[in-house]
Amino acid sequence: MHKESDIRIPLILGDKSYRDITDDIIRPIESKAPKGWYILISLSGLFALWGVGCIVYLLGTGIGTWGLNKTVEWAWDITNFVWWVGIGHAGTLISAVLLLFRQKWRMAINRAAEAMTIFAVMMAGLFPLIHMGRLWVGYWVFPLPNQFGSMWVNFNSPLLWDVFAISTYFSVGLVFWYIGLIPDFATIRDRVTKPVAKKAYSILSFGWTGGAKAWNRFEIVSLVLAGLATPLVFSVHSIVSFDFATSVIPGWHTTIFPPYFVAGAVFSGFAMVQTLMLILRKAFKLEAYLHTKHVEYMNIVIITTGSIVGVAYITELFISWYSGVEYEAYAFLNRATGPYWWAYWSMMTCNVISPQLFWFKKLRTSLTFTFIMSIIVNIGMWFERFVIIVTSIHRDYVPSSWSYFHPTWVDIGVYVGTMGVFGVLYLLFARYFPVMPIAELKTILKSSGANFKQGYGHGAGYWDKHAHHDHDDHGSHHESHIEASVETETVPPVVADPPVVENTEEASTEEETKNEEE
Amino acid sequence: MADKVIYAMYDDDDTTKDAAKHLVSKGVHVSEVYSPFPIHGIDPIIGVKHTRLGINAFLYGITGTMLAMIAIRFMMIQDWPMNIGGKPNFSFFYNIPSFVPILFEFTVLCAAHGMAFTYLLRNKTLPGMPARNPDPRTTDDRFVIELKLEDNHGFTAEQLTAWVKETEIVELEEKVIK
Repeated sequence: MHKESDIRIPLILGDKSYRDITDDIIRPIESKAPKGWYILISLSGLFALWGVGCIVYLLGTGIGTWGLNKTVEWAWDITNFVWWVGIGHAGTLISAVLLLFRQKWRMAINRAAEAMTIFAVMMAGLFPLIHMGRLWVGYWVFPLPNQFGSMWVNFNSPLLWDVFAISTYFSVGLVFWYIGLIPDFATIRDRVTKPVAKKAYSILSFGWTGGAKAWNRFEIVSLVLAGLATPLVFSVHSIVSFDFATSVIPGWHTTIFPPYFVAGAVFSGFAMVQTLMLILRKAFKLEAYLHTKHVEYMNIVIITTGSIVGVAYITELFISWYSGVEYEAYAFLNRATGPYWWAYWSMMTCNVISPQLFWFKKLRTSLTFTFIMSIIVNIGMWFERFVIIVTSIHRDYVPSSWSYFHPTWVDIGVYVGTMGVFGVLYLLFARYFPVMPIAELKTILKSSGANFKQGYGHGAGYWDKHAHHDHDDHGSHHESHIEASVETETVPPVVADPPVVENTEEASTEEETKNEEE
Repeated sequence: MADKVIYAMYDDDDTTKDAAKHLVSKGVHVSEVYSPFPIHGIDPIIGVKHTRLGINAFLYGITGTMLAMIAIRFMMIQDWPMNIGGKPNFSFFYNIPSFVPILFEFTVLCAAHGMAFTYLLRNKTLPGMPARNPDPRTTDDRFVIELKLEDNHGFTAEQLTAWVKETEIVELEEKVIK
């Protein structure tokens, strides 16, 4: 371990010890659930039941209960599918890509973001299955020997690629998440006293012991899984975009789709993480671990990916004209000025214009503003998919088949229902699972904890003793200097700040950042 | 023969590392170190070899690629060569570009799951396994160095205890295992 530059803002505020980290993160599991939790889960449960009811009605009656017609044969179902998959991109990105880049701030959000990913991908997977109309033969998408002769699935089809991509993504994400959870379940197992909880967590923890070799393996498994998940996360949304890009529909068959979809997915995923985490940190009093700086980092990702998405929209528009293909040109002109202009301009406002407000430091460090923005971005990203899908096909080649899509109550019900199911799953996760990686947070306490960095409380004098402790990593010392010098350009130094003990309330962290600016 | 085990407990990762260094310098063999999170740099001190799980993952991945290739070649080329949109599947080689996504996904699938499963088996962590950490606090904020008399034939228990007491321990426990 080497001393982190003083310029870097501590990731763990207050005066925390290892014990405090365990206590803070397990507290919501050990204590009684607050009233708000019961209200939220009942509400989500109701929506979920409504959604299940709609799905049952749809399966019993047929896809005709959706507002689809012979021109718009793909609408809300695929829009919702892509929307949910997109949301499901932040978790793996945070845990895999940021792990490879050794971004320590990811530890505040990775566990909850991965949970979000897994639940979101579940919701996404539901839509193609429902759209088959016969949910019970959903397994036909896999290449299984069957009674119809040599009837194999088509490996040339992007829809099959999607099957493999989504199922691989889901199962690898689940394994990655669970491997990280095992040591934390062990921590809970060794603390809880109620017999049922003890039994449950001891089964969930798989008998984890925390020996040196086990930790050595843990770190390598995390690293290699991150290495595998990184190309996976990019491949998944690329393949989702192939569903459109490999077709010959004007407005769909553009080569820009894969990078544009991936950026969009990260964009919406981070927005959803913001929405959920801003509530979670407040409800569980985890402000010391996830504070304004973390939110700002996430907002920087949002502005970057949001700008990539913006450039992609404009490139698409330009190329449609520049290509000289009149169908292509019309498809895009029709998007912006046709009957769906309102969807196009909602998308443009929410995804391109509004994230640019994050260039202002005041706004990107404001938690209230971030929360509002995160919801705007998610609305915008839903419209993006809607615009791509519906507006590209609603005006067919023959004007007699031009049409307009109206969602029915089943369309809306299924969509709202998936949000309900997602909410139920997420609330259960938040109640019974450790929402932050306890073990991993402990590894960064000494290097990034406020008390250790500024030398007070538990960390008093630590770095005076240990600064010259390691002789083996001069290379990383050097690196940290470079990082520090880059950082100074953007972040004003806060070296002289007095130690902020127990000063972790939202308002005070905001004040803190205001002071920094001055 | 009854074996004696000494558990020395510490409350900090750095002191644990220093203690392990001290004990090893006396020629003591440290059987195991239990900690609530990975202590970086302790493996070379107590002689834990670097894991070979990475190599495993590579082998599982290669196996996945091969399996996917064999399966796709059989299904798409040999058993029922589909002809879609006038683009027939006559040879694996000419059609490979459109198989790449699934080849990749299946490689990742096999590598990740194979590695995860091997990891769970090697750590002896499976559903229903009993916890083997000596003290429940080792998953919270305590660090335990385990010394087995069986592994340290040259020394007496008293000698080992004396050396352990030279380090910054917070608790010391001796157990006899039959």
